[in-house]
Amino acid sequence: MSWFEKLVPSKISTIQREKTIPEGVWVKCDSCSAQLYRNELERNLRVCPKCDHHMYISARKRLESFLDQGPQHEIGSNISATDPLKFRDDKKYTDRISSSIKSSGEKEALITFSGAIKGIKVVASAFEFSFMAGSMGSAVGERFVRGVEYAIDKKIPYICFSSSGGARMQESLFSLFQMTKTSNALARLAKAKMPYISIMTYPTTGGVSASLAMLGDINIAEPRAMIGFAGPRVIEQTVRQTLPEGFQSAEFLLEKGAIDLIVNRNQMRDKVSSILSILLKNKLT
Amino acid sequence: MSLNFLDFEQPIAELEAKIEELKYLKDDSGVNISQEISRLKKECDTLTKKIFSRLSPWQITQLARHPLRPYCLDYLDRIFDDFEELHGDRMYRDDPALIGGIGRLDGIEVMILGHQKGRDTKDRVYRNYGMPKPEGYRKALRIMKLAEKFNLPIITLIDTPGAYPGIGAEERGQSEAIARNLFEMSQLEVPIISLIIGEGGSGGALAIGVADKLLMLKYSIYSVISPEGCASILWKDATQAPRAAEALCISSDKLYQLGLVDGVLEEPLGGAHRAGEDFFKGIQRELKRNLSELQNTTVKNLLSNRHKKIENFGSYIEN
Repeated sequence: MSWFEKLVPSKISTIQREKTIPEGVWVKCDSCSAQLYRNELERNLRVCPKCDHHMYISARKRLESFLDQGPQHEIGSNISATDPLKFRDDKKYTDRISSSIKSSGEKEALITFSGAIKGIKVVASAFEFSFMAGSMGSAVGERFVRGVEYAIDKKIPYICFSSSGGARMQESLFSLFQMTKTSNALARLAKAKMPYISIMTYPTTGGVSASLAMLGDINIAEPRAMIGFAGPRVIEQTVRQTLPEGFQSAEFLLEKGAIDLIVNRNQMRDKVSSILSILLKNKLT
Repeated sequence: MSLNFLDFEQPIAELEAKIEELKYLKDDSGVNISQEISRLKKECDTLTKKIFSRLSPWQITQLARHPLRPYCLDYLDRIFDDFEELHGDRMYRDDPALIGGIGRLDGIEVMILGHQKGRDTKDRVYRNYGMPKPEGYRKALRIMKLAEKFNLPIITLIDTPGAYPGIGAEERGQSEAIARNLFEMSQLEVPIISLIIGEGGSGGALAIGVADKLLMLKYSIYSVISPEGCASILWKDATQAPRAAEALCISSDKLYQLGLVDGVLEEPLGGAHRAGEDFFKGIQRELKRNLSELQNTTVKNLLSNRHKKIENFGSYIEN
């Protein structure tokens, strides 16, 4: 098991492994075990049509389905990680990066596009969870900031889909400071009075939830997404009791007042574009 | 006086015990004892210097967490005057793990915030081992906004294992409370100085640590995750913490070399818990010096420098 598989609940590791199953026609739902026709599942953005379970979807597919088909361009794709601390555990950090690049097909754990949703120009980012558990290091922080700066510059809204285990340990304090860096960029976006929509997906924890993810003008979550500061295992060890069912779920956060709404992946485009069109009333031509 | 010697200080402890023994002998025997004592004292000094000249990151971690190390309230006592503690977040409750208030630093009016750990068992529980809950961070933000309103510079003293990972803390939005502080502190229109006096535990430390000047005491640490936490994730074994401490580069000297902190403040030989008045005077002087540097600039420059500093955080390549 790699270090990030140990970080997250076993449910996610299952999703990871599922990717390596040879291309079959049928896929089993992680939640209700229903046998699903692969093409239909993909068409449904990897949401189980039987039980509404939101399965892992790659960052690129997510943005592809979220943005209009029209002109798009990727921002910050030339920014990648270094190894400032020469970090190694059983493996070198640089080796972990290389193998993540190979397995995820991405160069870092965050990708950003400028494009539009239903004609409204936006910048949208998404965390790639299969890249070192979507962890935030210097390159992720810089890519995020470039996206926000582009939005400020063009006076358009910024949207981010989070899916992350938190700050990337292998860059230690460099990673921690990305929390400041991303929050500072969002404060500048706020000063420009441009909307920031934060969409939290399974899972959003640690340094990412304690910075950019919780700072949305509108905080949205996918159904049953696990969202929290500390991981459930750490909390259980601290308080020495079993956590109640549904603790740190999107529904729990809605009840506690941390998020504005829960939106099904298939309705995300409609909802977000509708919200933006109202927020931007004076700025639409 | 017992100084709670750490494992690696045992040779020092043994010598000091010998010296103590000789002191008792002094009254009833010969002349050479005082010579012997001064010889042993010299030896002890040399040994302490030797041990402290090559501390491992894990040994520094133990010093940073030393039960006798000065805590926030000790600094408030020794280097600030007229301190008035301000309580509560106005929304839920007061958090004794994060304290704050107004006071003077050698005549300069300031706002002070800091994590507070407890000394004895009862006090430790009361202070929640220095681990704030959301209400602590929200109180801190309220106090910082007050500082901005009355144009008082902010000094934060950081010493926490981390933000509290508990059920109530999650329910009340620990993530949001930390995130909000980062967001607001990056734009506050008054100078901010942060000094890590012990443990800089991840987001729990950072939430009052967005600063124009980030300083560390010589034997303090600052890390994205505790060495134990890192070890239990990477090696599934918390006893590998010394290895993790090494890999995480958490010591003040290392972080200064990496350009992540602005200055390292000296501690006396053996650590801050052995410090006398001189040490505290020195800290006061350094805080004042840094403050006057920041106060010599306009708000516009202050913010633009802070933003530049924040934007430069990170190490990446662009091609």
